[in-house]
Amino acid sequence: MSGILVIVERTGGAWHRISWEALAAGQRLGDEVNRPVSAALAGEDIDAAVAELAQKRLAKVHAVRHAALKEYTADAFTAAYEQLIRQENPSFILFPHTYQVRDFAPKLATRFNRALISDVTGYHLQQGSPVFVRQLFQGKLNADFRAAGPGPCFVSIQAGAFRADNAQAGTAPVEIFTPNLEKVAQRVIPEQPFRETARAVDLTAAEIIVSVGRGIKDKENIPIVEQLAQALGAELAASRPICDNGWLPMERQVGSSGQTVSPKVYFAIGISGAIQHLVGMKGAKTIVAINKDANAPIFEIADYGIVGDLFEIVPALTEEVKKAKSS
Amino acid sequence: MKIIVAIKQVPVRDSQLRVDASGRWIQEEDLSFEINEPDAYALEEALQLKEKHGGEVVALCAGPLRAAQTIREALAKGADRAIHIEEENLNALDTLGVAHLLAAAVKTENPDLILTGLQSDDLGNGQTGVVLAELLAMPSATIIMDVEKLDGSIRVKRELENGWFQRLTLPLPAVLTIQSGISKLRYATLMGIKKAKTKEIKRLGASDLGAPPQATAVLERLYLPEKLKQTQILEGDAKTAAAKLVEKLKFEARVL
Repeated sequence: MSGILVIVERTGGAWHRISWEALAAGQRLGDEVNRPVSAALAGEDIDAAVAELAQKRLAKVHAVRHAALKEYTADAFTAAYEQLIRQENPSFILFPHTYQVRDFAPKLATRFNRALISDVTGYHLQQGSPVFVRQLFQGKLNADFRAAGPGPCFVSIQAGAFRADNAQAGTAPVEIFTPNLEKVAQRVIPEQPFRETARAVDLTAAEIIVSVGRGIKDKENIPIVEQLAQALGAELAASRPICDNGWLPMERQVGSSGQTVSPKVYFAIGISGAIQHLVGMKGAKTIVAINKDANAPIFEIADYGIVGDLFEIVPALTEEVKKAKSS
Repeated sequence: MKIIVAIKQVPVRDSQLRVDASGRWIQEEDLSFEINEPDAYALEEALQLKEKHGGEVVALCAGPLRAAQTIREALAKGADRAIHIEEENLNALDTLGVAHLLAAAVKTENPDLILTGLQSDDLGNGQTGVVLAELLAMPSATIIMDVEKLDGSIRVKRELENGWFQRLTLPLPAVLTIQSGISKLRYATLMGIKKAKTKEIKRLGASDLGAPPQATAVLERLYLPEKLKQTQILEGDAKTAAAKLVEKLKFEARVL
């Protein structure tokens, strides 16, 4: 029976943390459906990383090595993994749902006439086959997806859906796979990655974060949450649309394109809780949500919630916090 | 430059959603629909590129009859004409199937550039643009913040994670998926709305485009997510609820 292949990722000389989460998902699925699990990493100078990967409980580690894989390009990575998959013929291919995976995995799946089941938060078994769970409508509803038809099943795993520390240690043999990339056109020319500005605000160190979203409606209303943050001694943060609008600087953005935080308390104010935001803050110890929509997905992960008008609740909360601090 | 913008119509953001009797989709009867937000930014980028470099912007939309409204709005904002792949049951297809229809409609157009939003607010697969590029044998780049036209190519700014970015150069024709929020969206002017009425909308059906492949990713069941945590909802007027919350944070969670 053919196995499960987990494709892992490194960025800037370090592991992308979702790699281990995808690996943990692959190991669990492998145990449950009784199939061997292997992992693959593409790059040029990857021997040390592959040696580290070989210390996991895996049937095999594929070192996909080629000079053309030194820097990521969709063309080279797709071609390299396509060749590996055709050789190994796995039943399931699992990816961490990273920005890089979003860039090439749909293309790779298309070469096998398959649709990628993307951004999966979990799975359950139905008659021995996995049914994958995805979030739809910005997290308001969940859906079960089943793979149909012949060919491998391509799945990407959402950040935080599986625990990286569940990735089990072991020893695995390493196999070097040299893709034939000489005839693959390298159409996209990448430049060196860069950072826009030095990040002045480190939200990751904050114990309390007051974060604001679309519900604040206007830039002029930002002081309402600023005052709460001040009363609490908290850092102010925001969801993406607030930073896109320039109402707060980009460096205060929490979520998949901003910072990932895990404070003691996270106040989500007027934030509905789209997946892209949740992955950046669901590690908070205590989550407070204030939102007018009782069905907003943020209430699925909140410990405490107030349903109502933030323009009434937040000033009242600021007063109560001040009272509590002075007593 | 001839630019095609693939847009999708989705329920408005704050819609209250209910699962329908099939258990596989939402009840659409009472909902309002609008352009998928990331696609609105793709359209805006296309219109700005046209203003700078000339050419044509063609809005491409696969969707049921109701999507005609969203197409009209794209025309009113400045798209020159539109192609509507009118299909009532696109839900039976997966990303690959929808991309097949889009690719078949695009082929005879020979565009220089295809833009679309990075993902849809309803299904959120985030794949259509990339799959479309692959089917058309065009290069693609995703989560694009900025497009600079060069001679026969484009240089784009791609968003990476954790505040990193990267510039890439792609030969034309190419497909880009555009990040939400990268510019200020324009409103349709009265003149634009008037002009839109005379602009061409080409209607195509799956029969014109060749049958798309059977879905390989099948939506079996749609349901409300289980709560990961038991949320304590604090009731009362603003002051009462706020006081209860402070009490809880102080003595129960012990974080204040």
